[in-house]
Amino acid sequence: MRLHLSPEDQAFREEMRTFFTTQVPQSIRDRVAARRELSKDQLVESQRALNAAGLAVPHWPVEWGGRGWTPLQRHIWHEEMMAAAVPPPLAFNTSMVGPVIASFGNQEQKERFLPATANLDIWWCQGFSEPDAGSDLASLRTTAVRDGDTYVVNGQKTWTTLGQHADWIFCLVRTNPTADKRQRGISFLLFPMDSPGVTLRPIELIDGGHEVNEVFFEDVVVPAENLVGEENRGWDYAKFLLGNERVGVAPVAMIKRLLAQAKEHARQVTAGGAPLALDPLMAARIAELENEVLALELTAIRVVANSADGKPHPASSVLKLRGTELQQAATELLVDIAGPLSLASFAGEGSEVPDWARVATPNYLNYRKASIYGGSNEVQRTIIAGSILGL
Amino acid sequence: MEYSYDNEQVALREAVNGLLTRAYGGDQRRAVTAADPGFDEKTWARLAEMGVLGLPFAEADGGMGAGPVEVSIVAEEVGRALAPEPFVESVVLTGGLVAAVGTAAQRSEVLGPLAEGSSVLAFAHAEPGTRWSAAARDVQATPAGDGWTLTGVKEPVPHGARADLLVVSAVADGATRLFLVRGDAEGLTRLGYRTHDGSRAAKVAFAGTPAALLGEGNADRTGAIEEALARASIAYSHEAVGAMEAALASTTEYLKTRKQFGVTLNKFQALTFRAADMYVSLELARSTVLWATLVADAADGDVVTAADRARLQSSRAGRHIGKEAIQLHGGIGMTAEYKVGHYTSRLTAIDHQLGTGDWALSRLAAGVDGYQTVDPLV
Repeated sequence: MRLHLSPEDQAFREEMRTFFTTQVPQSIRDRVAARRELSKDQLVESQRALNAAGLAVPHWPVEWGGRGWTPLQRHIWHEEMMAAAVPPPLAFNTSMVGPVIASFGNQEQKERFLPATANLDIWWCQGFSEPDAGSDLASLRTTAVRDGDTYVVNGQKTWTTLGQHADWIFCLVRTNPTADKRQRGISFLLFPMDSPGVTLRPIELIDGGHEVNEVFFEDVVVPAENLVGEENRGWDYAKFLLGNERVGVAPVAMIKRLLAQAKEHARQVTAGGAPLALDPLMAARIAELENEVLALELTAIRVVANSADGKPHPASSVLKLRGTELQQAATELLVDIAGPLSLASFAGEGSEVPDWARVATPNYLNYRKASIYGGSNEVQRTIIAGSILGL
Repeated sequence: MEYSYDNEQVALREAVNGLLTRAYGGDQRRAVTAADPGFDEKTWARLAEMGVLGLPFAEADGGMGAGPVEVSIVAEEVGRALAPEPFVESVVLTGGLVAAVGTAAQRSEVLGPLAEGSSVLAFAHAEPGTRWSAAARDVQATPAGDGWTLTGVKEPVPHGARADLLVVSAVADGATRLFLVRGDAEGLTRLGYRTHDGSRAAKVAFAGTPAALLGEGNADRTGAIEEALARASIAYSHEAVGAMEAALASTTEYLKTRKQFGVTLNKFQALTFRAADMYVSLELARSTVLWATLVADAADGDVVTAADRARLQSSRAGRHIGKEAIQLHGGIGMTAEYKVGHYTSRLTAIDHQLGTGDWALSRLAAGVDGYQTVDPLV
């Protein structure tokens, strides 16, 4: 039991902080801090800067660019990156398909995909959800039928985040429709987004933005060598992928950044002639949120410290559940601090409304997604009740 | 930051857990709390034999020389067992004040017998109308010969009627100071009563009662009291975490066994989701409370702020879990015969002993503009 970081971890933290605040272009970090969308080029530039320094995939096997850090070091890496408003490496690449290929792919696939995936030379998107398979992912219906050395894929995926930028898709497809358990008939397939028969349709969200898509497959021919692992074992790989991440499950540093901004804005906004920050109700709301975030951060550290054996700590569902709730609460706080200024969401040149107030409401609306994706918060409660409490 | 217990700490937990499970594993608590002094003197003596009552004090003062982490382990087990022995009140808070402020002679005179179990201490501090202030208000101290006399009323004083020795806060020359008053002192009137959680409190009236100054010099002791209250409230938060854990365990067990509509209650998602939310509250409170203990253990920690943070989180969690535990049990949770409601009662008492979550929040809110972010990784 010890409050302080060890001297080594303190030095490690300093090293990370120095890198992230000096080696990633300021223009990119400013844009993240302003909560504005980044272009594909900016995201690629940022990830390549991280990868060149060995900071894009520290959790991968060492031979593929991993660093062999302790869980606490990985936590520090992630938190310092987020605190410095550095866009994190693309999760589809580094947290999802990369670890699956590294664990279950063959040598040829590893050599072909892993370096390019770490460097964002290939941009991956995720083909999991379908119109009738959301939280109940195992009910997916997209099929892949074996035909000689190829699979022929038909069906539809949805909620495909940043699919418009993607070069490749990793896709869950049904290869055995008559398996005794529906989870046993699913395979994990990789193919280029420009394969003939793939079409992408943007979905506009309530914040006016375009980050997700529908993807349609019509007789898409995929070489059989693009199957990861064994046929009909894809569900196991998907479960590995979804349960793989223990660091950064709760967006602690991002919430802290939002709260620091909220305090700053509350000092500038006046209400009845005095700074809003001096309003006791506002101060109490901020103080309580800060305390909740502290509790979340400390829980994240406990989870990280106790997952050295490779198994997720049972409390990691708490991190997803509470992390998204607090992230949403922070975005809501910013809308309330902006007050009537928050209505000027799409104001352009010549408007006197500051940029932070313009983005406040679209951001708040956008982050309603957080309690739905990655296993909705109702799924997390089901996990807590079932796996932890034994109910 | 390191969040795991060493072998000795694990052994301490097992030993205290074993002792308190033997003492209160059945329905002994109802009989014990029905009669004065509201706790079991034999269990108190066994805790003394185990070294628990001298845990935080220096070996030179008759203690074990352990720290806040060991104190927190005992407090959690007290909470889990719902043991009515005044560990936090007598040892952590009152003994802690003597350790912090007393002279070397006072420390060994007072803390030795406390550690041996032969002297129960109580801190007479609250006054009607002071509401969790660290300063005394109406009880006056007047010099008299070599010593002092006290006049005024303290209430409610936890275990004030049973205590062999009282530490009393009083005003002298406009400053808050601390005094020692023997339980059999002249001019001392004590009216003891039962509290809703089965514990005991008292009205303690001083009428020219002889008292000895605790410590030396004319220093105002408000700061020392504030810090002792903070350390005690961190220990209380651990007691609360132990109680919450037990209340949640009782609730999940009940949901798995109780049948209604032909099925066990855990078939109803409306109930299991609420139990899941109780777990979330518990784990977040546990993290914060543990951290506060590590702050108290570090040489350079801001104990008062850490205690406010722990108190806010454990107060919110304690109310949530305490209320839901009764609701999910249904009618049985309302009965005095069943344990779960007593956890809720105890959590409510802890919450109001040294300051509620709202009280801590208003203190935190007053300082919220003075820093950019809260950073526990130091």
